[in-house]
Amino acid sequence: MSEATDLLGERRALISGAGQSEIGRRLHRDPLELTLDACLAAIEDAGLTTDDIDGISTYPGGMESPIGFSGAGVTDVHDALRLNLNWWTGALELPSQLGSVIDACLAVSAGLAKHVLCFRSVFEGSAQGSGGRAAVMPGGGGGSYRASGFMEWLLPYSAPSAATWIAMMANRHFYEYGTTREQLAQIALNARKNAALNPNGIYRDPMSMDDYLNARMISYPFCLFDCDVPCDGGTAVIVSRVDTAADLRKQPIQVEAVGTALRGRPSWDQFDDLTTMAVRDAGPQLWGRTELKPSDVQLAEMYDGFSFITMAWLEAMGFCGKGESGPFVEGGQRIALDGELPLNTNGGQLSSGRLHGYGFIHEACVQLWGEAGDRQVPGDPEVGVACAGGGPMAGALLLTRRR
Amino acid sequence: MAEQTTDVPFRILPRVGPRNAHYWQGGRDGELRFQRCDACKYFIHPPGVLCPKCHSKDLSVEAVSGRAEVLTYSVNHQPWMPGLEPPFVLAIVRCVEQDDLRVTTNIVNCAPDDVTFGMPVQVTFEAHVDDEVWIPLFEPVTENVGKDVS
Repeated sequence: MSEATDLLGERRALISGAGQSEIGRRLHRDPLELTLDACLAAIEDAGLTTDDIDGISTYPGGMESPIGFSGAGVTDVHDALRLNLNWWTGALELPSQLGSVIDACLAVSAGLAKHVLCFRSVFEGSAQGSGGRAAVMPGGGGGSYRASGFMEWLLPYSAPSAATWIAMMANRHFYEYGTTREQLAQIALNARKNAALNPNGIYRDPMSMDDYLNARMISYPFCLFDCDVPCDGGTAVIVSRVDTAADLRKQPIQVEAVGTALRGRPSWDQFDDLTTMAVRDAGPQLWGRTELKPSDVQLAEMYDGFSFITMAWLEAMGFCGKGESGPFVEGGQRIALDGELPLNTNGGQLSSGRLHGYGFIHEACVQLWGEAGDRQVPGDPEVGVACAGGGPMAGALLLTRRR
Repeated sequence: MAEQTTDVPFRILPRVGPRNAHYWQGGRDGELRFQRCDACKYFIHPPGVLCPKCHSKDLSVEAVSGRAEVLTYSVNHQPWMPGLEPPFVLAIVRCVEQDDLRVTTNIVNCAPDDVTFGMPVQVTFEAHVDDEVWIPLFEPVTENVGKDVS
């Protein structure tokens, strides 16, 4: 371990509760209601009340546009629950969506708060389905719209979606390492198998390799099933200071280490290595902050906004070597629920909906608490990882069940 | 570079201002232009206000040869928006002048299946004259190169 343990703020943080709202493809429910359902479920799960919550952390914060991307901001939840806060934040520029959970860990560690409510909610399914928003059309289209910011360099090339940007990284990975579509397919097939066991999954019908290979192509090598599913729903977790453990309803989960690094250029197309992304730096940083090793991990919940991002995370987190994620997932047995590294055990965003990062930490916690029902990883797992983000954003948490 | 006002596909155009006009309007003169540090000669893209290598604020705009190689690409099949007819190729190309001088672009005048990694390409421009934007695109290097790159 390269860092002194007593300097590691995340060690003073616990995850004490987790909750989710109803989740669906197109619920057409008030997104604030979904958000609050998740928040209240998480607070209750921790054995706390709204009087105990003195912090809020969320991604991306309140945003009107693009519609559906943010179900509620800090202020909405703060006021709706009449909380009394000592610390709060809601931001978009973070090491992934889970950067907001990592911020909460640092806030409790710094003594700024005792119990931080962290949440992320979306209603992209309803927003896109009702004609209010195309899947991708920043600024809403229109003849007078002009691209600016980082989109200035992408939108003029008819590349409005991260599907196209990440497809270029996947294709380079195919070229350099011989990765195949049949290997990449395992991320999608594994997600679908796990979603079938998840009562909150969105797409639960079986998917075969033929289904995958015959699906319509989006941006080579990505077909439809390599892209996650817009949905509606809210997710929340409570981050609590380590000395509150006795006040909590159940055995909390210890935040063992986090990774937030980004050492290449913060860009979708200017990053030095086009076969990976920011995950490359966040993974090794995390392992430098703990004595645990990748081989200690019993379940991995890793961002699958596009299937290849999960492959990049597998390599970055050291579960296989650089360029070896294809052979690692080949056949799917290794990443199955009863395999050596159960992966995206709730169906991921590919089959259980684009809850946008927070679904991964929720599922890691549920598994470590042994509450995952039919999809529970066998063997009473104690160590898991939750990783979120693709492109120039990456955040990872190593979680252990506290003994 | 012949200017054209018809048969130009719809594109979402960039917001052009003092910092980026050289890139989006260099095509008016048939030139691919980048910001370059006067002090250390580093090409800077996307453009900024100082050199990220030596922090000099003495920056100029300079034309490059327009020659590049395909670092990676994707054949896109999804009709995301009006404009380019799928399938079309999105690519990241590296300019021959500097290892980390690269842009995202479309590869044109080439069947999508004929694009390869490392393929030599050269710039060509799609003129949106009424909007004063010339989109830098890249095509396979031909024998009959339009400008001297020596």
